[in-house]
Amino acid sequence: MKLEVYINSIGSVSVQKTFDDSGFLDEVVDYEGTSVKAVDPTYRDYIPPAAARRMAKGLKMSAVSSHNALKEAGLDNVDAIIVGTGLGCLGESEKFVRDLLDNDEQYLTPTRFIQSSHNTVAGSIALDMGCKGYNFTYVHSNISFESSLWDAKLQLENNEAENILVGAVDELVEHHVTTHQFIDHIKKEPVSREQVLRSGTKGIVFGEGSHFFVLSNQKQDTTYSRLIAMGIYNTLKKEEVSDTILVFLHTNGLTLEDLDGVILGINGDVDFDTIYQDLANGIFQTIPQFVYKHLSGEYDTASGFGFWMANKIFKTGKVPEVIRWNDIKVSQPKRLLLYNQYRGKNHSLVVLEKC
Amino acid sequence: MSSDLKQELKEKIIEQLNLEDVTAAEIADNDPLFGDGLGLDSIDALELIVMLDKDYGIKLADPKEGRKIFESIDTMAAYIRASKA
Repeated sequence: MKLEVYINSIGSVSVQKTFDDSGFLDEVVDYEGTSVKAVDPTYRDYIPPAAARRMAKGLKMSAVSSHNALKEAGLDNVDAIIVGTGLGCLGESEKFVRDLLDNDEQYLTPTRFIQSSHNTVAGSIALDMGCKGYNFTYVHSNISFESSLWDAKLQLENNEAENILVGAVDELVEHHVTTHQFIDHIKKEPVSREQVLRSGTKGIVFGEGSHFFVLSNQKQDTTYSRLIAMGIYNTLKKEEVSDTILVFLHTNGLTLEDLDGVILGINGDVDFDTIYQDLANGIFQTIPQFVYKHLSGEYDTASGFGFWMANKIFKTGKVPEVIRWNDIKVSQPKRLLLYNQYRGKNHSLVVLEKC
Repeated sequence: MSSDLKQELKEKIIEQLNLEDVTAAEIADNDPLFGDGLGLDSIDALELIVMLDKDYGIKLADPKEGRKIFESIDTMAAYIRASKA
């Protein structure tokens, strides 16, 4: 018999002040630009300065978000650590490659090499807490987080683990922004938080963040929600998306009427938001619709912010005005579908139910 | 000349090792760099070996030599001067 999968705690560092768990988007951070950085917590409250000086931004953010998730779950250790990241600690990777070029492949120092691997975050967290269990990092573009989630789901359902720390992290690096502006994947002109999702221009506003969750097959007082279904589709034609979602729901014993809301990954890229708009005006027309990438920025693991947001909605019973996409109101939603895709690829569906 | 080299070493160490909360003025010439002084560790030692090679053209044939050379700014400066002589 398959066991249930619960989200027992959350931790987040993002463009919004999500590291402070006392509120829920009470104070929204505005911006105007083509990229937007995370709001930094006071890292020295979490990390000894001697250790922090050698940490990449993604690692520092993750030290805080994983710490907060573990603390809320009341755990000192877990059975497994699974992290999703699209680009890893990219800043250190870029510096390492730049050193290679500038110094003619000589004089390479260890710190940047250590930090430049994609599994730096999962490995460092495990070392810090002395976790000798399963440790894995999924690097699958914008389904990196969902791949981690899926792995955790399978292990928990089959009772191969009881508590798993699942994370999503990506950091913002200027060189990455510059190069991706050349190919119109990142917007060339600055845009404000209020306007980004309706900007009508190519590309996205690049963000960064780290989101960690303790998933367990044991419900406890802190439990936010239950993960009841998920699906990943690497390739889908635009005209197949609606039917695929309906089949996904049917396969999992659900209908559109069972959903109290959908959280869409609309990111303001005029070329690919039409996929979301077709759904918003189609099968999701009568369902409350929520958005988040104007708050988080877009990055490979931005869906981790959406996952964090869904769980905050369940816990607080609030739907902040800033995340509403259509006019259909709902109070205290109990079941939410998260749908995300990036540039028409790697579609993911996650259904969460309030506990 | 000697104090110029020591000042230069302090600034390079701060930059190379990301000692964000330390200024050159706070590092005394005879402060221990490892242990109770600046609190550097073995990875920092590797960074300092690379720095000697890259910036001063000095290769440490035996990394164990580092224990004495990197004892303080004084010992580092003395080693660099001796190697250049």
